[in-house]
Amino acid sequence: MLPFQRFFEQHREPVWRYCVAAVGALHAEDVFQETFLAALRAYPRRRPGTSASAWIMTIAHNKAMDHHRATARRALPVEALPEVAHHDPEPELDAGPWARVRTLAPKQRAALTLRYAADLTHAEVARALGCSEEAARRSAHEGLKTLRLEITP
Amino acid sequence: MTPLDVPAIDAGALAAASARLLTAAAAEADVVYCELDSPLGPIVAAATADGLARLAYREFNGGLDAILGALAIKLSPRIVEAPARMDTIRRELDEYFAGRRRSFDIPVDLGLAAPFGRAVLQACVRIPFGDTSNYAAVAAEAGRPRASRAAGNALGANPVPIVVPCHRVLRTGGGLGGYTGGSAVKERLLALEGVLR
Repeated sequence: MLPFQRFFEQHREPVWRYCVAAVGALHAEDVFQETFLAALRAYPRRRPGTSASAWIMTIAHNKAMDHHRATARRALPVEALPEVAHHDPEPELDAGPWARVRTLAPKQRAALTLRYAADLTHAEVARALGCSEEAARRSAHEGLKTLRLEITP
Repeated sequence: MTPLDVPAIDAGALAAASARLLTAAAAEADVVYCELDSPLGPIVAAATADGLARLAYREFNGGLDAILGALAIKLSPRIVEAPARMDTIRRELDEYFAGRRRSFDIPVDLGLAAPFGRAVLQACVRIPFGDTSNYAAVAAEAGRPRASRAAGNALGANPVPIVVPCHRVLRTGGGLGGYTGGSAVKERLLALEGVLR
């Protein structure tokens, strides 16, 4: 089995790209750290023969989901809005098409991010999301259509 | 239509995040390692929570990846580079090569050695700086007087050369004998200790 140091060096760039796409540049490092520390803990139990990219991206996906859930909990609705100036918490760092992807429904968002930021195959995306390959393909397609985004070859 | 391109990487942000990750990972890893320069060429040093587990002459052992690969199989794949955690061995080796240290204080983990090998290496540690012994005498010290060949094999497989001074063990007839870093390195160590000119 590859020493963890080498595994980390091989996967840090794609995982970083995934994190930036999934949660934005401002929060990417938190998800990046949690992903690789969880990977280190589980590393000796990783089954050989399975795709290393799919394995680490599945962990990253779960950590990104945790992040989205925690953010949603913090943003509890209130009955009367307090009268304070509104600051956009994440200015120009979070412009661009991936910020729009993050506004999609969870399935479409996850399918697009794992396929086009993490560079997994549709089959690997399906395994990470626990759905069929056809469903993963469809979610990605619908997400692109909703946002009028296209994949440049 | 807007293109959905792969996100760009901010190299500085990733480098900083990597450094922080490796620091946190080193605290949880089973094995930490670093590369050291020495007058005998590059050395790879690796430690567990119990102590220094491996000192390897990098080129003589097939390079860094071969050394780490063997550690992944024999100890654990949870291996992380952590130069900051290897300050003690770096300092003690520097002092030794500068002629300011005659024995090592760093704790050693002989987990890579077999049981008899461990007894042989423990006997070997008792040979003082500037002195030599032979395979038969070390075998006897380790409790098996007739096992000089097995003692020779155990010394040849010494996971922590220099610190466990297997270079001080010579062939019973007086010949130099083999060495895990090559016999030229053995000669240089014996010269450093004043045994050879």
